[in-house]
Amino acid sequence: MFILDADFMRIAFATGAVVGVLAPAVGFFLVQRQMSLIGDGIGHAAFAGVAAGYLFGVSPVGAALVAATLAAVGVEWLRSRHRAAGDQALALIFYTGIAAGVVLVSAAGALNANLFSFLFGSILTVTWSDFWLVAVLGAVGLGVIALLYRGLVAVALDEDGARVSGLPIAFLNVALAALAGVTVAVSMRIVGILLIAALMVLPVIAAGRIGRSIRSTMLLSIGIGLLSVAAGLTISYYANLAPGGAIVLLAAAFAVAAVAGAPLLNRAR
Amino acid sequence: MSLAVELQGVSFAYPGGPEILSGVDLQVRRGEFVTIAGPNGGGKTTLLRVALGLEEPVTGEARLFGEAADRVRDRYRIGYLAQRARLGIDAPASVAEVVAAGRVARRGLFKPFGSGDREAVAASIARVGLVDESRTPIQRLSGGQQQRAYIAKALAGEPELLVLDEPTAGVDVDAQEAFGAFLGELHEALGVTILYVSHEFGAVERFVERVILVRGGIVFDGPPAELPAHWHDPSHVHP
Repeated sequence: MFILDADFMRIAFATGAVVGVLAPAVGFFLVQRQMSLIGDGIGHAAFAGVAAGYLFGVSPVGAALVAATLAAVGVEWLRSRHRAAGDQALALIFYTGIAAGVVLVSAAGALNANLFSFLFGSILTVTWSDFWLVAVLGAVGLGVIALLYRGLVAVALDEDGARVSGLPIAFLNVALAALAGVTVAVSMRIVGILLIAALMVLPVIAAGRIGRSIRSTMLLSIGIGLLSVAAGLTISYYANLAPGGAIVLLAAAFAVAAVAGAPLLNRAR
Repeated sequence: MSLAVELQGVSFAYPGGPEILSGVDLQVRRGEFVTIAGPNGGGKTTLLRVALGLEEPVTGEARLFGEAADRVRDRYRIGYLAQRARLGIDAPASVAEVVAAGRVARRGLFKPFGSGDREAVAASIARVGLVDESRTPIQRLSGGQQQRAYIAKALAGEPELLVLDEPTAGVDVDAQEAFGAFLGELHEALGVTILYVSHEFGAVERFVERVILVRGGIVFDGPPAELPAHWHDPSHVHP
């Protein structure tokens, strides 16, 4: 059977396309700000959200969206107010999220295969209603990036200079954190909570070795993200593998190839 | 007399910490080229942060362009070059993108660039002599060229006050000399007020009108020629 004959694969590719674009686009700014691991911390908070969704009988994706966004904004608040160093703020959210998730899951009696689909991603469990939620959130996320693009770039290149010249740094940082939260919630159905941070970071690492400008690096990282998602879904369909792992391994392969090949490419230029 | 920067009776300490600055009175006129120098830990960066309205003094008052420094409107009138270690020189950005980032505050966060903005960016790149490198990734430039690119970024907002915080830290003496001469030319051409903060000020000693030495307060404020001999920077001997 041809891969696109199956309805669930059409949904997976459509949802994956949104994820493949949004995750590297948001991740680009996180990497430049040396906040590559924030996606991991937010992912663990999203796990608590999924578990809360099961416990209270509400949409796990919706609950994860709220938890992830609150966690991301919380990390930024702790960091910016100097209540905790960046890595300490992340550790606080990271461990609180995973612990709350475990407690809520056990309270809900939801330690089952469906929960694992959120942790590691799944092709079979994504529905068209999931896709439309992801599409709307993805469009909003990309719209916000387009609107704030110049400000986000200015802060990524020189936060002190941007602050002195009067750009609203706190607003831009909270907006970026919220975007990271939305990206985690949007991506977890396909890539999985435990692996989404990788899709936000690895394509950017690969593109950063090749790109000659912010614009080209961002477009290249989106291309690598899309390619990783498309190829990873295809492989997982034919080899019956977890899609999140396949997607992230491909993105990692792109990153390793770029790191190894960049010196040769630069010499040839 | 029109003042760019004014501090009156400023003292500063972080909550629960020792006093870093006390009794600071300072006036910098528009168009002056001034270096704020002193030993590491002497309080010069704190003085700068108070002067720019980024820290609130415990006592006294800081004013920028005649307004309270923390409430000054149109902050894009300040161009700022941070310490090298705090700049995104490893980012995959072209020179043109770095310089354009310096125009965002003047243009406004949500407004797209117009032809005037693009011309200002191009003029800033030309001013620092990097026209041929405008599409080059910033990582590929030499340390001196990277510094010029970030100066162009600070100039892209057409500032009235240019602030440079330890711009030559980690740069060799020859590059410091070249940078000092470049700033001298820039000051003469644009007439912009320049605050140059560094513990190594020998490179700009020939060009500045005043040296302000900070060690918990202002211990010297006058022309370089009146600076006591033992305070001159021995790495820069000028005939």
